[in-house]
Amino acid sequence: MAKLYSKEAIEEILKAYKDWEENLLPQWLARMPERQKEFTTLSGIPLKPFYTPADLKDFDYMEKLGVPGAYPFTRGIHATMYRARLWTMRMFSGYGGPEETNERLKMLIKAGETGLSLAFDNPTLVGVDPDDPLAEGAVGVVGVSVPTVVDMEIVFRDINLGEVTTNMTINPPAPVLLSFYVAVAEKQGVSYDRIGGTTQNDPLKEFIGQKTHVFPPEAAVKVAMDVIEWSVKNLPKWNPISISGYHIREAGATAVQELAFTLANGIEYVRQLKARGLDVDEFAPRLSFFFDAHINFFEEIAKFRAARRMWAKIMKEWFGAKKPRSWWMRFHVQTAGCSLYPQQPWLNIVRTAIEALAAVLGGCQSLHTNAFDEPFRVPSEFAAKIALRTQQIIAYETGVADVIDPLAGSYFVEWLTDEIEERAWRYIERIERMGGMLEAVKKGYPQREVEEAAYRFQREVEEGKRLIVGVNIFREEDIEEIRRVPLLEFNQEEVERRQKERVRKVRSMRDEAKWRRTLDELRRAAERGENIMPYVLNAVKAYATLGEIMGVLKDVYGTYVEPPYY
Amino acid sequence: MSTGHTSSPPTTRRKIKVLVAKIGLDGHDRGAKVIARALRDAGFEVIYTGLRQTVDQVVAAAIQEDVDIIGVNQHEGSHIYIARKLIEKLKEQGADDIPVVMGGSIPVIDIDTLKSIGVAEVFLPGTPISEIVEKLKTLAEKRRARQTF
Repeated sequence: MAKLYSKEAIEEILKAYKDWEENLLPQWLARMPERQKEFTTLSGIPLKPFYTPADLKDFDYMEKLGVPGAYPFTRGIHATMYRARLWTMRMFSGYGGPEETNERLKMLIKAGETGLSLAFDNPTLVGVDPDDPLAEGAVGVVGVSVPTVVDMEIVFRDINLGEVTTNMTINPPAPVLLSFYVAVAEKQGVSYDRIGGTTQNDPLKEFIGQKTHVFPPEAAVKVAMDVIEWSVKNLPKWNPISISGYHIREAGATAVQELAFTLANGIEYVRQLKARGLDVDEFAPRLSFFFDAHINFFEEIAKFRAARRMWAKIMKEWFGAKKPRSWWMRFHVQTAGCSLYPQQPWLNIVRTAIEALAAVLGGCQSLHTNAFDEPFRVPSEFAAKIALRTQQIIAYETGVADVIDPLAGSYFVEWLTDEIEERAWRYIERIERMGGMLEAVKKGYPQREVEEAAYRFQREVEEGKRLIVGVNIFREEDIEEIRRVPLLEFNQEEVERRQKERVRKVRSMRDEAKWRRTLDELRRAAERGENIMPYVLNAVKAYATLGEIMGVLKDVYGTYVEPPYY
Repeated sequence: MSTGHTSSPPTTRRKIKVLVAKIGLDGHDRGAKVIARALRDAGFEVIYTGLRQTVDQVVAAAIQEDVDIIGVNQHEGSHIYIARKLIEKLKEQGADDIPVVMGGSIPVIDIDTLKSIGVAEVFLPGTPISEIVEKLKTLAEKRRARQTF
């Protein structure tokens, strides 16, 4: 037991608080009324004027916080945290064809980024080739087009896959893109035990946010679990899943919903993997997470701290994991795209810096900072570099990385961490009663909750309850200023033509018999319910394209059309 | 009609009907859903197409439902390409009297191009909903006025 405050101390503090509330405060309010009727976090958690030990009445230091690198990991998963190694600066990048993206990656490495992260275009995200009618006008627009192993090879030209780690934001086609990556690494002579990185591969959140779903929920989960099972056995350094709250938040969720739904997704995956007969300590250390860092500073920091504590508890107490590594919640953070606005766009640099600071104070393992031109287009080189440099300033100039979990012990931050945890548990309990997240998603429950929250936020902005500089306060007629923002320019039509040409060339040059055989084998394996990963890898090596492989899987698993939930 | 209610108001004026559309592979539907609901609250009749619609599907739905306005939400950069295709298709079907408005992550430098293609209004993120409501009302009234002559 390590109770922080004695009963006597709490009583004395409560007395002082009461005295303040009844005597001192009214005098002040009479002369200076408060700015707002009520103060709440962005998620709507009501806030008191200030916090004291009385708000942490039964606070047990060892139970709630402990030390960095030990259960429950509230203070950080590593004993050394940023004093030994800074978070990975991992910029989400990609546009045009593989040639353009290769240039961008090399620029970012030269500018000091320490991990790679690929953004794919919409056709790649939903698994269609550039010459598919659905891809028209969208090839290379919001990310890089990677329909074949040949394209992946070009993306990593002059980059040694044994020396970098790469995150791939890819979901239904994750088995295919991972196979492209593995095949390229093999070709570069990099052994499986040196291939490091992450596939997002988080199917359930696709139905709540992001919405690049392809297969129906059950099949989508099956495919994702195949990737995890195969990776755990073959790629010891790979994170086969990044359980993502980011897109849920961007779709309009509150911080509490983001946290709760992400953990509930994680719980569902752990159950699925255990049901396959895997030992929890075999796969748990390879699970990774991904959160949003929004603008409500303390709420975000509290969310990150609560997340670590909750996951550790879930893994240890619910699932009986034995290895401390299985209790770690390792997570990537991206600053909030939805907090950025086109009005007075330079202000986005400031918003991103504040959000990135929250991520660092929250103890993230890697971080992407958005570029200020995010509301318009994929970042220009200029904007992307400012975003990366923002992290470097936080890391090297501010000193915030020198002491671990520096906000611990703040009455407010600890109270808010507890409060967010409590509210998130209530959501998780509700989802458990529905039979877990797969069932809840099929019922549309998290979808409706998020839509509701998105609408509530918009109304608060309209009513002036939430103020956004340049949007509903300090507005300017700044259309000319916005016009001067130097945006990324590239010839999209030319990229689309080139990508179509290349995919056709790949199809014409391959060994037809081998290609057909590998796809047939994949189909049969999928029909039998086997793990599809080895078959996808074989098909990729026989130069089957993304669209072809996904076509086979869609035949077997079917496709998902979102029902109207409102 | 002789209903006995001699002073019943002329209720023939039907609600403004808007088709909120997501065209192409873009999955960012937060804005589309928020605007659909806000317009409904403002008294519009709203039909939301759902995700991943083609231009042909949207035009067919607009004609079949006899909407006053088509609102397209785009966050994936293909807005010019899609606007061009959509307006061509509307012309082809003789339905180009239905005004098209767009919203989403659209660079300001593209607004003039979109308007020259025939997009009636472009709304950037952060535009107050009250402003969108007013502009849509004006567009619908103009169209209806043209129809009566």
